Amino acid sequence: MTATLSVTGLHTHFFTRAGVVKAVDGVDFQIAPGEVMGLVGESGSGKSITGFSIMGLIDDPGRIVSGSIRLKGEELVGASDEAMRAIRGNRIAMIFQDPMMTLNPVLRIDTQMVEAIRAHERVPKRDALARARDALGMVGIPAPEERLRAYPHQLSGGMRQRVAIAIAFLNEPDLIIADEPTTALDVTIQSQIIHEAQSLCKRTGTALVWITHDLAVVAGIADRIAVMYAGRIVEAGGIDAVIDTPLHPYTVGLLGSVPTSNRRGERLTQIPGMPPNVLNLPEGCAFRERCPRAAAACHAQPPIAEPRAGQVVRCFHPHGQEASR
Amino acid sequence: MTAPILETRNATKRFSKSLDFAARLARRMGANVSEETVHAVDGVDLAILPGEVVGLVGESGCGKSTLGRMVAGILPPTEGSIVFEGADIAAMDAKAARKAALEIQMIFQDPFASLNPRMRVDQIIGEAPLFHGIVSRTDLSDYVDDIMRRTGLDPSLKRRYPHQFSGGQRQRIGIARALAVKPRFLVCDEAIAALDVSIQAQVINLFVDLREELDLTYLFISHDLSVVEHISDRVVIMYLGRVVESAPIADIFDAPNHPYTVALLNEAPRLDQRRRAFEPVKGEIPSPLDPPPGCHFHPRCPHAHARCSSERPALREIAPGRMSACHLNDE
Repeated sequence: MTATLSVTGLHTHFFTRAGVVKAVDGVDFQIAPGEVMGLVGESGSGKSITGFSIMGLIDDPGRIVSGSIRLKGEELVGASDEAMRAIRGNRIAMIFQDPMMTLNPVLRIDTQMVEAIRAHERVPKRDALARARDALGMVGIPAPEERLRAYPHQLSGGMRQRVAIAIAFLNEPDLIIADEPTTALDVTIQSQIIHEAQSLCKRTGTALVWITHDLAVVAGIADRIAVMYAGRIVEAGGIDAVIDTPLHPYTVGLLGSVPTSNRRGERLTQIPGMPPNVLNLPEGCAFRERCPRAAAACHAQPPIAEPRAGQVVRCFHPHGQEASR
Repeated sequence: MTAPILETRNATKRFSKSLDFAARLARRMGANVSEETVHAVDGVDLAILPGEVVGLVGESGCGKSTLGRMVAGILPPTEGSIVFEGADIAAMDAKAARKAALEIQMIFQDPFASLNPRMRVDQIIGEAPLFHGIVSRTDLSDYVDDIMRRTGLDPSLKRRYPHQFSGGQRQRIGIARALAVKPRFLVCDEAIAALDVSIQAQVINLFVDLREELDLTYLFISHDLSVVEHISDRVVIMYLGRVVESAPIADIFDAPNHPYTVALLNEAPRLDQRRRAFEPVKGEIPSPLDPPPGCHFHPRCPHAHARCSSERPALREIAPGRMSACHLNDE
């Protein structure tokens, strides 16, 4: 089976006056059709820039320095603007944290949805409208017929995000990149959105990259997870494997900092220090300075290893076969 | 039984938008316009014991922040009273009121907006204790150093400005500022929501440590159930301005009573729940401008019956230490 998306050796750097920011510095991953991958990291880890790189939305002073992004085998790095325009919104769609970034505040929902369809396909307006209405129904919007004639400001935050998701699914894309899509929403609305995104992916075979800082959300939605730190994926694998038996010390630390019910009232394991300055990353493993297992060897860049089938890690001293948690 | 350190008695806050000229004119002409009133907090009774950590949980618009602000003395209640150590704050004389205001401090969500960008850290932390005579000018420098160390900040950085610090450190500065006036009660309004996961853990641990060292009482406001579960002794759940359930931490997570609590617990994402298929609660939070009659939750409640849409359920004790406002408990 060919992967929907395969990213290899992606380096996206920003050439600023203060120096080169290596926002994404060697990222590899693949997603199969219908698969949901959680891309997790803290602010500045490069998770959003990875998403923007796939969409071809990197602007000056940023540049994809090297690497390849293949959508069903087709190379996207270096594709012409015209080719990318045909792909964006059609074969790859994006959902942003703030739905107002997707929606135009002065146009009605129907205008925007019909435009999104007819930008990529010659269909009569009436058919496009019907498709828009069905899409709204699919994401659980009550009375889609009426909502079509509403302006974005007339909808609540959760409804707007549903409209944004409906627009993303309109052209049945191969891949959707969702960048913190539920961070601004309330718990009950968040779970509705997760529920809908999940079932839509399974039904349509769309692959989904869910970018977030929230491990618990990823646990609820993803099939696989990739953990980013300072521009690199430090660990990736099946969701159960990574969360139950993490290998990288950063993943272990991150999981330890999430409060869970079985450790009520105890001190949380905290990762000492702060994420490194992306302008001035340390040589070798970027996590070295905060890592309890760091040793002299960590001054070199650790290679990608696969100590367990399907679970890869970039570390010289992974939490290994001993049950670490 | 010990007396509560802080109580809210029927605390109510309404925000009204008065009619502008055009609307007044329209009403004169017989149009059906009336003032818009938001019932942000609607008759909340809450008692917090000394040394207790109470988690206040709810979704946006439920009034949790407004309640926190009333407790901290930033907003006066429209009705009802805030009682600190047995005395109504509104009825205190100026001296007692100032003392109460110092003893209840607040920590805000946004560490970027709550610190004055033009003041140095030592000024931010030292200004209030100096003004209130808690510390003399000669001892001020040592006092600030001590508080900075306590909150995990390096005192050598005290001549810096807030923008020179990271988010987590800024939140520590906010905590240090609150602690500088020797409070006994802290209102933490989403105090860790803006921080990264690994930094969140550091700040949660700081709160836990400070509580033990300084014998503090917290009202910990958050939308994040797992954080509240970790830090609190008791949880109070609010929905559209009212308390729907209040219970000790173990009880509420093991056996929630109110249907809204059940929904909230089911839907909060957790690490140990993977790719689960479930039916989320339907609908959205109604507008607080026009809350549904009866029980505010009835339009979304899977168990709603006729009585729920007409009669407001009272918050009653359903077991020792547990309160819930649901008609289902009457049957």
